[in-house]
Amino acid sequence: MTVTAPAADRAELARLTARRTRRNLIADGALAVATGAALLIVVVILAVILLDVVRNGAPHISWAFLTEAPREGMTAGGIFPAIVGMVEMVVLMTLAGVPVGVATAIYLHEYASPVSRVTRAIRIAVANLAGVPSIVFGLFGLGFFVQFLGAGIDKVLFHGDKVYGQPAIIWAALTMAVLTLPVVIVATEEALRAVPRELREASLALGATKFQTVFNVVVPQASAGILTGTILAVSRGAGEVAPILFTGAAYFLPLLPRSLSSQFMSPSYHVYVLSTQSPDVDATKPILYATVLVLLLLTFTLNFAAVVVRARMRRRTGAPA
Amino acid sequence: MTAGSNGKPETAAKLIVRGLTVFYGEKKAVGPVGLDIVGQHVTALIGPSGCGKSTFLRSLNRMNELIPGCRVEGEVRLDGDPIYGAGIDPVAVRRRIGMVFQRSNPFPKSIKENVAYGLRIGGIGDERDIANRVERALTQAALWEEVKDRLNDSAMGLSGGQQQRLCIARALAVEPEVLLMDEPASALDPIATAHIEELINELSAEYTVVIVTHNMQQAARVADYTAFFYLGELVEFDRTDVLFTKPNDSRTEDYITGRFG
Repeated sequence: MTVTAPAADRAELARLTARRTRRNLIADGALAVATGAALLIVVVILAVILLDVVRNGAPHISWAFLTEAPREGMTAGGIFPAIVGMVEMVVLMTLAGVPVGVATAIYLHEYASPVSRVTRAIRIAVANLAGVPSIVFGLFGLGFFVQFLGAGIDKVLFHGDKVYGQPAIIWAALTMAVLTLPVVIVATEEALRAVPRELREASLALGATKFQTVFNVVVPQASAGILTGTILAVSRGAGEVAPILFTGAAYFLPLLPRSLSSQFMSPSYHVYVLSTQSPDVDATKPILYATVLVLLLLTFTLNFAAVVVRARMRRRTGAPA
Repeated sequence: MTAGSNGKPETAAKLIVRGLTVFYGEKKAVGPVGLDIVGQHVTALIGPSGCGKSTFLRSLNRMNELIPGCRVEGEVRLDGDPIYGAGIDPVAVRRRIGMVFQRSNPFPKSIKENVAYGLRIGGIGDERDIANRVERALTQAALWEEVKDRLNDSAMGLSGGQQQRLCIARALAVEPEVLLMDEPASALDPIATAHIEELINELSAEYTVVIVTHNMQQAARVADYTAFFYLGELVEFDRTDVLFTKPNDSRTEDYITGRFG
């Protein structure tokens, strides 16, 4: 049996290889051009948006813009009430939503049987919740919180006077809390999953109960991940319009929200209002751009904070034990 | 298969194991195993990878039931008290039977808080009491001199060998009666290993130690008794010197002479 191929065969093989190499090079090049072009489109779109917003918005941003209320039918003044309203709404949303989301994730990951049908159904429900269009959440908030819960409270506590049975910051915050629940649940579960089994075992082997192990070892170890989820939820909550449209956001308010039943202004809704409801489009344009810029800076900052926290968490849990 | 049949005066059996069988799902992992673990001595479990020795060890303080699908049959008694059975709290069992793992697993807390953890969850709140117990446990684990000036530093900054001794101190702080060690030195360099082995010898004056090891020299050095596991079965259990010099079973002889494993 010969091991070396006849010379003719070898020449043929070399020729075929050369042709294949040439063909591969062309395919490689074409793929690089095509994917590069796609990337270019994305970068260009992003750059155009950012440049446009910064160029038109930045000159109008000033201390006064951030600290004054709108004046003269939104054609002058600032967005102070909107910023305050958003902060208040987001704080309420966080207080209402994050504990529920974290608790749900702890139950799903630590207590529920991983093979049970109910657990799997809940996970699917959470994933679907994340895919529901936000306007549906807005309608849900209007129907459930405002018209059912709010009206019910009014009937029982306020003799039917309209106090809670109308759009209010508390209902907007609760609607937004429901909307951001999946973000919190998924981030928390991911963080719990990243806690090494060795740490749980160390705690249990010392005679700790499951409860003690979860609260003294697992949750502290997962806290950075939980924080990341919270920041992402806040960032999402700050930017959404549809859920607060029917549940609490106001076109214009002379006063800041004073109670849970007040309506509130929010930069995201303000952008919507300025761009669609303004009596003088040209006069409001600079304010619109500046508001968009503030909103973008806010969400970018929050997302950046989430990335930093997550990187820190990776470094801590990824470090050799 | 009791070890007391060789004429040497024996301390009473601390742990009595009868017909212990562990299943993962439908598959039997180890057993049935019956042996007596003698108090205040070191018992080594040896055997090739996958022979069931770690599974057996983990069933002695009910750590196996944390693994989904794992099921344990048979009987284990600690000083006569059954540790499996209706109404018996695994948490109470684990307070009496502590464990040190293969990979050191300190909590990402300070050195002091690592050792204090078991005390705090056990309900000890007095800071002076905790400080005393932490010092005692760290001294027992031969770590006190190295860390006494940096008790509040993170435990993650210790070397591998120090971390493992910290884990031993953490297990000792809650004053268990039995200490289970699952290949405690397998991830350590020879010097750190020597430290741990010396420590095991000292601990056996006060504690009952059961150690899983891959390393037959280690078993010969530290253990008074040795059990040889093979393919999920306890093949032979005897005093270490007997098992290593005059094994009864040809499989034991093959293993300790290096013919397999």
